[in-house]
Amino acid sequence: MTSTALSPEPPATWRRYFGFSTDAKVIGIQYIVVAFFFFLVGGLLAMIIRGELITPASDLVDRTVYNGLYTMHGTIMLFLFIFPVLNGLNNLLIPTMIGAPDMAFPRLNTAAFWLVPVFGILLIASFFVPSGPATSGWWSYPPVSLQNPLGQLINGEFLWVLAVALSGVSSIMGAVNFVTTILRMRAPGMGFFRMPVFCWTALAAQSLQLIGLPALTGGAVMLLLDLSVGTSFYRPEGGGDPVLYQHFFWFYSHPAVYVIILPVFGIFSELFPVYSRKPLFGYVYVCLASFIIVGLGLIVWVHHMFPSGVTQWMRNLFMVTTMLIAVPTGVKVFAWLGTLWRGKIRLTTPMLFCLGGLFNFVFAGITGVMLATVPIDIHVSNTYFVVGHFHYVIYGAAVMGIFAAIYHWFPKFTGRMPYEGLGKLHFLLTFVGANLNFLPMHPLGLMGMPRRVSSYDPEFAFWNVLASLGAFLLGVSIIPFLLNMISSWARGPRAPHNPWSAIGLEWLLPSPPAEDNFGEHVPTVISRPYGYGSGEPLVEHQAEIERALTLQEANR
Amino acid sequence: MTSSTPRRPGPVALAALAVWIGLLVFISLWVADQSLRWLPVQASNAAPLVDGLFSFETGVGTFVFLGVISVMGWVMLVHRAEKYDESDADPIEGNTRLEVIWTAIPFVLVMAIAWYAIQVSTELGVLGPMEHIHLRDAGEQQGGYPGDRLPAEQVEVVARQWSWEFRYPAQNVSSTELHLELDRPITFRLVSEDVLHGFFIPAFRLKQDVIPGRAIDFSLTPTRLGRYRLRDSQFSGTWFAANQADVVVETAADHAAWLKQAAAAPLQSGLSVASDEYAEHQRNPRGGWPTVVPAPPPQVNVPGSSSLPHDA
Repeated sequence: MTSTALSPEPPATWRRYFGFSTDAKVIGIQYIVVAFFFFLVGGLLAMIIRGELITPASDLVDRTVYNGLYTMHGTIMLFLFIFPVLNGLNNLLIPTMIGAPDMAFPRLNTAAFWLVPVFGILLIASFFVPSGPATSGWWSYPPVSLQNPLGQLINGEFLWVLAVALSGVSSIMGAVNFVTTILRMRAPGMGFFRMPVFCWTALAAQSLQLIGLPALTGGAVMLLLDLSVGTSFYRPEGGGDPVLYQHFFWFYSHPAVYVIILPVFGIFSELFPVYSRKPLFGYVYVCLASFIIVGLGLIVWVHHMFPSGVTQWMRNLFMVTTMLIAVPTGVKVFAWLGTLWRGKIRLTTPMLFCLGGLFNFVFAGITGVMLATVPIDIHVSNTYFVVGHFHYVIYGAAVMGIFAAIYHWFPKFTGRMPYEGLGKLHFLLTFVGANLNFLPMHPLGLMGMPRRVSSYDPEFAFWNVLASLGAFLLGVSIIPFLLNMISSWARGPRAPHNPWSAIGLEWLLPSPPAEDNFGEHVPTVISRPYGYGSGEPLVEHQAEIERALTLQEANR
Repeated sequence: MTSSTPRRPGPVALAALAVWIGLLVFISLWVADQSLRWLPVQASNAAPLVDGLFSFETGVGTFVFLGVISVMGWVMLVHRAEKYDESDADPIEGNTRLEVIWTAIPFVLVMAIAWYAIQVSTELGVLGPMEHIHLRDAGEQQGGYPGDRLPAEQVEVVARQWSWEFRYPAQNVSSTELHLELDRPITFRLVSEDVLHGFFIPAFRLKQDVIPGRAIDFSLTPTRLGRYRLRDSQFSGTWFAANQADVVVETAADHAAWLKQAAAAPLQSGLSVASDEYAEHQRNPRGGWPTVVPAPPPQVNVPGSSSLPHDA
């Protein structure tokens, strides 16, 4: 029993992070670091976008450049930041939380990861081809995306479609791995209703990937054929239907939002109990709500197309399904409030990010119901109201949840404690910056400012100046984060195995865990997660395992 | 060390809660009222309906948002762990009755909103455009209707990269400024020569994508005199942002006079900011990536302007 706990730390050579590794914990950190590299690239593009929009005229960059920048901003942030960073968390957390030594298919895992820099380089390379990068937005709606002014085979749009298709392949490989690992490799005694909610949400999100991604990939292949070999799937002059692409695209890309937000719900569900010192309120309902969201999430995609020419009955049907998503989502929000209620709240950095993320998410949920409402959507669709809404979801809730997760699990996987002061500064700048950046987009949209514009009428200037200032503040907010990560990893205080007194299998491993986690000695789970205040142990022989870990820490 | 008997709230606590909820209701009603000011002037018969729905949802949303935030604020103020208190809180695992209540309330709420929205949609009379979409026939494909084929009461809207052209078949007038008669229902036939565009007039609260290869009939009724902006709302390429036109709502007499004057005016190049910028670009290249060349400005009787003050 104790031999695992006493096994020596893995050799701490930083070089292993630069090579092919099959260790999920190495791959997880590789994913996260690569994702944040692209986060900085995408963020830099956002700074230029907001620089252009601080004045009404198109005066900072050429219009073609602006269109390329906003297209690449969206594409990079989604396919090269948020999906990879979440897959990084999946790699770190799923095996350690369920007591598996690694992912089910370690080499597939390596291949899935190494596709990310490959398609990342492909996408960035499109800045340097004569045509410039893709300029038709991350939706890449035909026919505008099929216009190829130079007529060259290798053009920005071509590289864009290729990168998106490869991203899909990488995500499918990842999804197969995550789903299999969760279904097949749980510790003895860990039935589904003893599984941490993060794993539930990861299972839900990765199932969505498996169901939805083929539609996007198929749609993208047809786009590539139309673009490169002259087929007419979407070309109206050849009898094709441009609206068909929108169905393929949104059949995946709406569920993609749930692929992003579900694991963040998982993070909230993990962290609120830890920092409230209470069990998760209504654990079973929270687990099941994830799968209700999966089911409903697959039948709402037409709400992106209300003004595209769909019949009234379809509009009404998809409005109702979209609104129903508020119900399982509400169950989760109330569960978190129930968890906080009469807890013993500790406002640590991860907790602040969770609370801030929840604040933003509730706001985004309300604007989401407005967007589901057909008559309101008709007015605000394709305006800045939508841009504001989804940045509240993606940045305000998802990215803040991801920051919470990074601060919370950083000690576990690096063996070092992050600095609280820098973390709180990071939170403050992020929370203020995000709200200052994204709140003004709502009045702009209501006033009728379309999204994706490189210039606008002067009446929109006031709110745009505010939004740009907020964006620059967000740009600054990343500095304390990077400082914190680099300095604490290099010379932060050594982390004990369980610095937050959290309950979970991952906290019964040394920090950082051995390469094969529990190895041969996987503990048997005997109770539900989140047993805060109950005094019940999570696993058999928990006291001995903890004593051995403490002893090991005292001797190092 | 943990007592499992739930505390019953006393009368003072209940009264305070009631006052607080009353306050939130008051604030929500006020915000719902304010929300009408966030929208442009109401210039079509659709606008009051859309705005009423928006105001209602803003009120409900404000109440929900403030309710959640109140709980978060309360726990952060009152349920903070004492310094050095390492102990856990009472292990409350859940409450089925509460779960049922907070599943039922949002369900009823969103279904009520959906029902209200369906009523508004029906009342708007914006019939699903699918019922009005027909594939363009060969004649239409070749660039518009001969004057006698489009129903006389309709206005044909031709979207291009990057200009808007409006044709009044009965008077044989074409213009790059849209003129409409006050309080008179009008049906547009929306066509695109190249890519997707969006026909969006914020003051009217209406929007419809214009789809190449289809002709879409789209109806509305302007209800307020003034000059408004029509904006392209579906990304259409390089000069997407500049693809705007003015919409003038005028009295019947003014409209008739305008049509008469326009019919007599000679054809000239219509408004196309894209063409102007592209020409400037050719004279003074300032970098950038290759672009689709703008379609030549349509030849129209009335070009209009892009710089007149507008109401919304």
